[in-house]
Amino acid sequence: MPAFLDISNIDMVFPTPTGNFTALKSVNLKIEKGEFISLIGHSGCGKSTVLNVVAGLYKATLGGVILDNKEVNAPGPERAVVFQNHSLLPWLTAYQNVELAVKQVFSNTMGKAEMVDWIEHNLRLVHMDHAMHKRPDEISGGMKQRVGIARALAMQPQVLLMDEPFGALDALTRAHMQDSLMEIQDELNNTVIMITHDVDEAVLLSDRIVMMSNGPAATVGEILDVNLERPRSRLSLAEDKEYNRLRSAVLTFLYEKQRKIEPIKVPKENKAALSSAS
Amino acid sequence: MMSTVKRQLAFARVDSFSTQNIVRGVQSVFKGMLLPSLGIVAFLILWSFAASSINTSLGKFPGPQAVFEQVQNLYREHRVEREKEAAFYQRQEARNEKRLAEDPRYQPKIRAYTGKETFWDQIVTSLLTVMSGFLLAVLLAIPLGIAIGLSKKLNTAINPIIQIFKPVSPLAWLPLVTIVVSAVYVTPDPMFAKSFINSLVTVTLCCIWPMVINTSVGVASLNKDWVNVSKVLRLPALQHVKKIVLPASIPAIFTGMRMSLGIAWMVLIAAEMLAQNPGLGKFVWDEFQNGSSQSLSRIMTAVLVIGLIGFILDRSMLQLQRLLSWDKTVELR
Repeated sequence: MPAFLDISNIDMVFPTPTGNFTALKSVNLKIEKGEFISLIGHSGCGKSTVLNVVAGLYKATLGGVILDNKEVNAPGPERAVVFQNHSLLPWLTAYQNVELAVKQVFSNTMGKAEMVDWIEHNLRLVHMDHAMHKRPDEISGGMKQRVGIARALAMQPQVLLMDEPFGALDALTRAHMQDSLMEIQDELNNTVIMITHDVDEAVLLSDRIVMMSNGPAATVGEILDVNLERPRSRLSLAEDKEYNRLRSAVLTFLYEKQRKIEPIKVPKENKAALSSAS
Repeated sequence: MMSTVKRQLAFARVDSFSTQNIVRGVQSVFKGMLLPSLGIVAFLILWSFAASSINTSLGKFPGPQAVFEQVQNLYREHRVEREKEAAFYQRQEARNEKRLAEDPRYQPKIRAYTGKETFWDQIVTSLLTVMSGFLLAVLLAIPLGIAIGLSKKLNTAINPIIQIFKPVSPLAWLPLVTIVVSAVYVTPDPMFAKSFINSLVTVTLCCIWPMVINTSVGVASLNKDWVNVSKVLRLPALQHVKKIVLPASIPAIFTGMRMSLGIAWMVLIAAEMLAQNPGLGKFVWDEFQNGSSQSLSRIMTAVLVIGLIGFILDRSMLQLQRLLSWDKTVELR
């Protein structure tokens, strides 16, 4: 039986003025229905590119994505995306932002009252029902991201794609959002691909952690199964042996096997100062 | 943003009697009212001083005092003219009634009053013309700007033409417009005066370009995330423009509209002067030709009124922008 979501043999080559740049090389990943997958890797390793290919925003140079036996070749609401910087439309209220999506996806299958219920239900799910008539500039960063998630969930996607959804939030808000996301996931059991930089986030939320090697020509390095019991609590897991084993496995991958050596740039002024001193 | 403002307000209410607050209040009054008044007073002193030392063939250059007298004069003339007009219609009506009483089959003739246009009439004419020309430009420029902003190819094709027409002075357009309008706009019973159409078209031709450019830049620099949202939702092209592109470019569109309205007002005065079309420009030119001892102070009055109206137009546009735009951070400048 074919996988629910099959990312098969993806190559991504970007043309640049100095020649072609191979961002991804032979990326293979099979995801089952209801799985929560984290993509982790150093910045610039092409995590977002993978996500954008699945979303249909980029077209892979070679290979392709098959979702539920259909090839992905354009963006669509069945692969809803939660963007890193919320990307809410600032001229619409939280409610209207979700409404835009719901009207677009369900205008043929839902009545008016049903749509209103559905919009409010999704905002309640992310605990934003108290501020649903506020505009994005009137609510905090975490709240904006909640609305972004509500908008994506309201499309009832087959796969939920999240591009560093909590990357721009402070640590406390982030922890709060992770708990919220786990709570929602317990209820809806969506198929999720989430990009993250955060090792704890990956271990806490995922069923599998996909670790990517460094670019150029990045690919899937290792895949780690996370078999921790759900529901998970960050407090009790902090002492958990298995949790810490997984955590150090990811850290080892990132900081030993795929250590990123960034050249240290000397600022121009310093260079000038050095040369004039000698 | 809003919440901090509210918090500050609440905070101000709690200790509104503290000396710090009084000082702050005085400071804000000082900045808001005193400084501009100080500037105006300084300008008036400089002006009257400079004016008294310039001698012209028509007497001394008008100072603030002379202008103030002319404002009253022009208002009085306007009142007198209106009374004359009312009297004319009264006489006409009385005459017609009398004729009708003598001969019931008489068809009464009603003639319009053809008195001289007052300063006030000219202001109204100019305002009507500028608003019509500007609105026509808006109707043309915004769809064009959106189309150019959405399509790089269209932009590359049309941009040279825009760049060539943008710097053309209204005075260069005017003769062409005049000739073309009188050739094309031929009706036995015209709804608008030809002079009105001439001024309007000239204004439109000159103020369309900044709006096209600003709108297209606003549309082209659309936030990529919003475009992606639209793609994920599979919004059809028309919905994409209506729900995403148009609201997103409202701030840029308004910036263009404010620039264009300013240009429109400047262009109109010049066009009216050159073409002798009714309006404030004609008033200035007539006074210049008239060459009486009052002419200079009347022209100076017109100059100040033109400036004041331009200022009011700009501020109205800004208020409209604040009302309609989601981006409340626009600076008042």
